[in-house]
Order: sequence, then C-alpha cells, then structure tokens
Amino acid sequence: MTATASRPGTGTRTPLPLDVEAIRADFPILTRTVRDGKRLVYLDSGATSQKPRSVLDRERWFYEHVNAAPHRGAHQLAEEATAAYEQARAALARFIGAAADEVVFTRNTTEAINLVAYALSNAATAKEEQFRRYAVGQGDEIVVTEMEHHANLVPWQQLCERTGATLRWLGLTDDGRLDLADLDTVVTERTKLVALTQQSNILGTINPVREIADRAHAVGALVLVDGAQSVPHQPVDVADLGADLLTFSGHKMLGPTGIGVLWGRYEVLDALPPFLTGGSMIEVVRMEGSTFMPPPQRFEAGVPMAAQAVGLGAAVEYLEALGMGRVEEHEQALTAYALEQLAEVPGVTVIGPPDTVARGGAVSFTVDRVHPHDVGQVLDDLGIAVRVGHHCAWPVVRRYGVPATTRATFYVHTGYDDVDALVEGVRAAQRFFGVTPEGTA
Amino acid sequence: MQLESMYQEIILDHYRNPHGRGLREPFEAEVHHVNPTCGDEVTLRVHLDGETIADVSYEGMGCSISQASVSAMYDLVVGKTVPQALETGEHFVTLMQAKGDPSVAEKLEDELEDAVAFAGVSKYPARIKCALMSWMALKDASARALSVTHPATPDGGNR
Repeated sequence: MTATASRPGTGTRTPLPLDVEAIRADFPILTRTVRDGKRLVYLDSGATSQKPRSVLDRERWFYEHVNAAPHRGAHQLAEEATAAYEQARAALARFIGAAADEVVFTRNTTEAINLVAYALSNAATAKEEQFRRYAVGQGDEIVVTEMEHHANLVPWQQLCERTGATLRWLGLTDDGRLDLADLDTVVTERTKLVALTQQSNILGTINPVREIADRAHAVGALVLVDGAQSVPHQPVDVADLGADLLTFSGHKMLGPTGIGVLWGRYEVLDALPPFLTGGSMIEVVRMEGSTFMPPPQRFEAGVPMAAQAVGLGAAVEYLEALGMGRVEEHEQALTAYALEQLAEVPGVTVIGPPDTVARGGAVSFTVDRVHPHDVGQVLDDLGIAVRVGHHCAWPVVRRYGVPATTRATFYVHTGYDDVDALVEGVRAAQRFFGVTPEGTA
Repeated sequence: MQLESMYQEIILDHYRNPHGRGLREPFEAEVHHVNPTCGDEVTLRVHLDGETIADVSYEGMGCSISQASVSAMYDLVVGKTVPQALETGEHFVTLMQAKGDPSVAEKLEDELEDAVAFAGVSKYPARIKCALMSWMALKDASARALSVTHPATPDGGNR
C-alpha cells in the first residue's frame, strides 16, 4: 500500500561533508550500547554534546602534568597551569575571531548572561564613574524575543525587577521566525540592551542578528547574543556578527561541562562593574575598599575552571580541524533530510521553519495523539536519545499551542542512519499507541 | 521491547478512557500542579462529605503516565476518608520508589488495585514524577479542603 518513497532511507541524501564513521571512532561513548544492547543513537547534542577522546585526554593531561591554580604562585606548576589556561583563552578567541582579553571564562551560558545582567544593575550603584556608563534604571527598557531559552529571559526579567526597567519583546510568526514588523517600535531610544538568540534551541531558527543589531546600535543600545546553539554549529566571527556581547557554553561544543564564555567588545567589558567578587579579580584590597583588575580578570573571581578551559581548548581545535563551514553544511544536509522524512509521516508536525533557509539542526515536532514524553520513551527503548518537554523555552511551546515537543538535534557524528532510526522510531511510537494513520502501517 | 513493562494495558486503558475526568461542583478546594521539567499540568478539585472524599474532579494535560495515574487515583480514593486516601498515596509513593522490584508490587496489590500496574514506571526515574503529580495534587487539595470544612480541628474533631 505504502509508496516506497515515503519510507526512511530512500529520501534525498546529499553526500555528507564529514566522515561520520571516522568521527564516531573519536567518541568513546558512542561504542556503548543502551537498553539491552542497542546502538546509541544520540540526537540530544543540543542539550549537551558528547566528548571526543582528544578533549578527555587534554583534561587528563592537565591534571596529571601541570595541575595548579592559574595566576597564583610562582612555582613551575603554577606557571605551566597559567600558560595552559591562557592558551585555552587564546584558542577560544581565535575560534570566534576575537582578541584574547575580550574572552571571559564563565561556568556556562547561563552564568555569562547573569554576569551581564548583574553588572548592569550593579552599575547604578557603582562608586566608580567608569562603571556607571551602562547603568539600567527606571524608564529604561530591555528587549528580548519570544523564542529565548529561559537563560536569556529570566535574568532580564529579574534585572527589570531589581532596577524598575521594563522588559519588552519581539514576537514570533507562525512559521517560527522573529516578527520584525514592529522592530522600530519595540527597540527605541529607551532601549538599553537587546538580548537575542542567534539560533533557537527549539525551533532551529537562525535570526538576522545584524539587522536587529543595526537598529539597536542606531538607538544606542547594547546587543547581547546568546550563541549557545550557534557557536557549536556554524562559523561565528564576532567582527561580522554585530553583537557587543556573545555568550556560549563549552559542553554543547564537544567541551567539558562547567566552562563557558562571555565575549565582549573590550570597550564594553571595560565599562562593566564586576558580578562575582573575591580572589584574583582585584587590583588592591584595603579594609576600606578595593579596586579591580581590567577585563577579563575582573570577571573571573576565584580559582578558575582551568582543566575544563583547557579541555574546551582541545574541543575548538577538534572543530577547527573539521572546519566549522563543513560542520554547518553537514548539519544542513541532515536537517533537510530529517524535515523531508518527518513530513512523510502522517500525524507529525514540525514546529519551526519548514525548510533549511536560515535554519539550524534543531528539529522539534509533535505527533498527533502521542504525548512527547511517550514518543521519547519509545525512542529511548530503541536506543535513541532525544529531548522532550518545553526545552527551557516555555513561552515558545505556549506560542505554538502545544504542551511540549520532541526535539532531535544533530552534530558532527550524526549520520543519515541516525535520522532513519529517528523516523522509524516515531512510526514505532505511533504503532505502539495505536494511532497509526490508516494505510501507513 | 521493555516498553510493555511500563505501559501495562491497564495504564493505556486509563489513558484512553479516563475515569472521573472533568471539573465538577461542588468542591471545597481546587489546586493546580505543574511538573516544571516537562510542563505537564493538572487542575484538581476535592469535594468532602465530612471526612470522606465524595468526589475528585480534574482536568489536565500531559503524558499517558500522568493522565492514567490521575484516572486510577480517582477510582482508588473516592469513597475513602482523607486519612485513608493519604495512606493509599503513601503506598503509591512506596511503589514508585521500588526501582522495579516485583516483590514491592505484590505486597501492595490489595491496597493499590489498578494502580499497582504503575510498578514498571518505577524503573524509569525520569517518569516517576509523572505518575506522582496527581497524588501530590490530591494531598495538597485534601489538606486545603479539610481546613475549609474543619477549620479549628483539622483532625476531624468530634463530629
């Protein structure tokens, strides 16, 4: 009955730019099995990525050979640990086309955004004139979008509550894009900062950062870009981006957990007061008060996550060797194939742009009459790891009138076989819950 | 497939044909509980006759486990006193902590009736909260209902 063209495995498979088999061999975890011997089909890189051996080896090397607290002490290990930590900073800077002193290591994207949000409210009460430049207060406005991850929404809501500023946002169109029709009325002379994601973690949408940044800069506002889902998956050069501040997480880009980055134009970072204070961020401390180091040290209080930073340095080397342009093309091909294959399954609706134009590899969908948790459970039983729920972007699922979605995300080790497993798994979920539309069983 | 151990036929039946669904009057307390990790929601009302639960009515959205759980709970608790219902709830929590141990389910079969079918859920830590959401809502709502109907003597007094 069923046309063979609608079966997985027979769609449009453009040759993949990356050698999936060779790459898989670099990831130890991909050799394990799950749920009674099934091959692990890992389609949850958007939540956290798996780690290649080179990253794990580099972290182990740090602990086995040079472990010490960077920027403290004058012994040989301290020198070598400091050098390794600063080399990692240089590697991250090179990766995004920045200067090393514009790269601040944070715990993750969430902490990086909170750092900026707290710096903006601390600015209002800073005793130093140089730190008051970007102070936010009553009458000021912060602009976000309706597609933000909670990490790029809740800190701004909180900033507004602390300062009396007003939160405004750009809405979404039905096909999963930012509605820019009222850009000029939302972003105005009252706007102090525009915070937006470069790539939606749930819709996959890639936003026109430059266009929005141009408007923001025209009215004198800062632009913060959440790059948690873009920096791991596409070439990002801060010279072209149009942002003043960029945040991303190491663990989503083959690096360790517990390490992330805040990049800022030096002039902007230099005008921000500290968020966390304490050791190694100070210039002079007296009982009566203290002065602070210039960026990036001003924002790195306490002994830093040195081994994790060094591991992240290895991750960007791994990505550079693959080529970020090829990583992007690889995911584009997989996304096109997944969208095509899922469209063939009756009852499946993709939430987000229906094609690969300005779209990354986060594919969210609903299955008629099967809750995403139940879809995820059937997929899990087949060894397929996806994310289910609201993906920390509750306003987005609310906007599209669904309680939750199932989300597959792709990365460098993903192949067409993984997408086939996903699509076949969705059909299995429909069969299991007895909702297989007629004629497609 | 291990799926059948979680999705017992009884669970799927409750999911497809939920018992007692819909919000009804009268009621002494209404609560709204959400599962913040996945967005599942339930609105639940309790109507007491003295200390006895005369009705539990609810609306909710969520996965098959959360929806079947509230339906099975409705069957178990209507007609019981609040303390009896809460004791049944404790048994259900015990079942959810059993990590799939069949001996726990066997011991609780009489107390939990259909709800013993949720034993398989206890093997999946991520889904336990789905099964427990409605029981947490019931605990909350019945405490509030008692405080309305028995304001000075929450243990029931001497009526």
